[in-house]
Amino acid sequence: MPAAARDPVALPALLPLGLDGVLVRFGTTFTEEGNRAARAFAAEAAALDGVTEVVPAPASVLLRLDPREQPAAQVQSAARALLDSHDWLSLPAAPAARCWHLPVSFAKADAPDLPEVARITGLPEADVVTRILAERPRVLAIGFAPGQPYLGQLPPVFDLPRRAQLQDVPAGALTLAIRQMVLFSNASPTGWMQIGRAAFRPFQPDATDPMPLRTGDEIRFHAIPDGELKALGEDPMGGARLEILS
Amino acid sequence: MTGAALIVSAPGPALTVQDLGRPGRAGQGLSRGGALDPLALWEAAALLGLKGPVASVEMPGMGATFAVTAPMRLALTGAPMQATLDGQPLAWHAAHPVRPGQVLRIGGTTGGTVGYLTPAGGLATPPLMGSRAAHLAAGVGTLLADGTSLPTGDDPMPHRPACALRPEPRFGGGSLRLLPGPQTHLFNRARMESFLAARFTRGPRSNRQAIQLLCEAAQDWHLDAGGMASEPIQVGDVQITGDGTPFVLGPECQTIGGYPRLGSIHPEDLPRLIQADARSPLHFTLLDDAGAAPLPVAPAARLKRLAANVTPLLRDPAHMHDLLAYQLISGVTAGDELDRP
Repeated sequence: MPAAARDPVALPALLPLGLDGVLVRFGTTFTEEGNRAARAFAAEAAALDGVTEVVPAPASVLLRLDPREQPAAQVQSAARALLDSHDWLSLPAAPAARCWHLPVSFAKADAPDLPEVARITGLPEADVVTRILAERPRVLAIGFAPGQPYLGQLPPVFDLPRRAQLQDVPAGALTLAIRQMVLFSNASPTGWMQIGRAAFRPFQPDATDPMPLRTGDEIRFHAIPDGELKALGEDPMGGARLEILS
Repeated sequence: MTGAALIVSAPGPALTVQDLGRPGRAGQGLSRGGALDPLALWEAAALLGLKGPVASVEMPGMGATFAVTAPMRLALTGAPMQATLDGQPLAWHAAHPVRPGQVLRIGGTTGGTVGYLTPAGGLATPPLMGSRAAHLAAGVGTLLADGTSLPTGDDPMPHRPACALRPEPRFGGGSLRLLPGPQTHLFNRARMESFLAARFTRGPRSNRQAIQLLCEAAQDWHLDAGGMASEPIQVGDVQITGDGTPFVLGPECQTIGGYPRLGSIHPEDLPRLIQADARSPLHFTLLDDAGAAPLPVAPAARLKRLAANVTPLLRDPAHMHDLLAYQLISGVTAGDELDRP
């Protein structure tokens, strides 16, 4: 039985994390509803008295506090009141305020796992790419590495398991697993499968805004011809274009 | 004085510039980073008479040879390391005035895992996102290479005599308080009791991202948590990886993680974990109620407490070549006079 099924805590749950944190959990597994709730709650929780930092995750939100400034119990009460003020798990899908257009290379060298994804999904490689290009995934959470987005949710055909054997991917790798994509900030070992590569870097330490993506942003991928990635490579924005939707 | 610098030669494999890191950016995927043992930076601040920690050289395991281009005081804190100035042994947990032309050699740790060298003016490298700390996992900053010249801030009292500090005890392992957290209930009572009964030592896969804990007992603490959504994690969290090995997250940890977590180490006990070397046994005690746990010490109170432990370093016996000429024992006592009320 997976651990999540054994979880006796009713949802949404409010749980202390360390001395300086309160975790608000909307789901033990990933769901669109839980993610929407986490993103919406995170946006409002930042204004709560005593909250010094908000860390949204795929199905939960961490509120950080300074227990010497404001007792954790007070912040928990404020978070509980906010939690009880809406039915967070029934929020309708909200349209994105911003859309990023990201050039991506699907050339053989930039998409080493495309054949494997084609094999598991039963789709021809070209169809995998066409379907990914037609998607408008949202930034579900930013984390693991600086600026690094979890994107989704993709259709059920892309519900691929993560590989047990980790493989190295480069910065800018567009990877896929469990109906989500991750665009890697830095070179990293991973169990996710690399199906493309962007010149855009989600973490740009020398830029005014070092982590340009925000949770809730919409993403559209645009295929670029083989060899064009190198030409885009010098600028960490990598040819990305931000469209303001509302 | 401007333009002063600290020159690094023949560095050990893991030297970096560290301060207290970049709090407040975990929501954007950047963990706080900063010194493995922040207490050592507070101790340096107390020794140097500073208002708070400044950027220092962090030296895990092995130091380097250092020289200064202007007179300045240098504080040596954290894990004690072999240190000499122009060949003469130098006291650790102390601050020393150093002049241009002198050679400060810092070798290996003699207890603990990570030592710090702090110039009184702080390292004045260009800050990035509000900190000078290298965060190698995030791709910020680099390891210090041979010949690196690190700019330093002004030391207003470069000739102030040496002083020493009684360090907060933390270099031999011991007990770590575990705060229950959002996933503690995933571990049943038998698993938790076996974890609390186990004795651990630091494993070789320890770094700034996480500290590996090894133990001889059978490790059956892992869970099938494959379906669990990744949740926010932070320094001090104890996670159990797929093969049952516990890892305590370090300052350069990822910000979201999927491995199940037993709980979090009380922040006041983290330096003891960080400074426990492979020979120092560690064990955990579970705090029943995180809400009733003692709070971390406030910065001002910490500095005041440490400053009260600073004393002049009048004469280090290690420097005294004619030690045998001194009358060192003038009588025999019970040895506890100073401790008696």
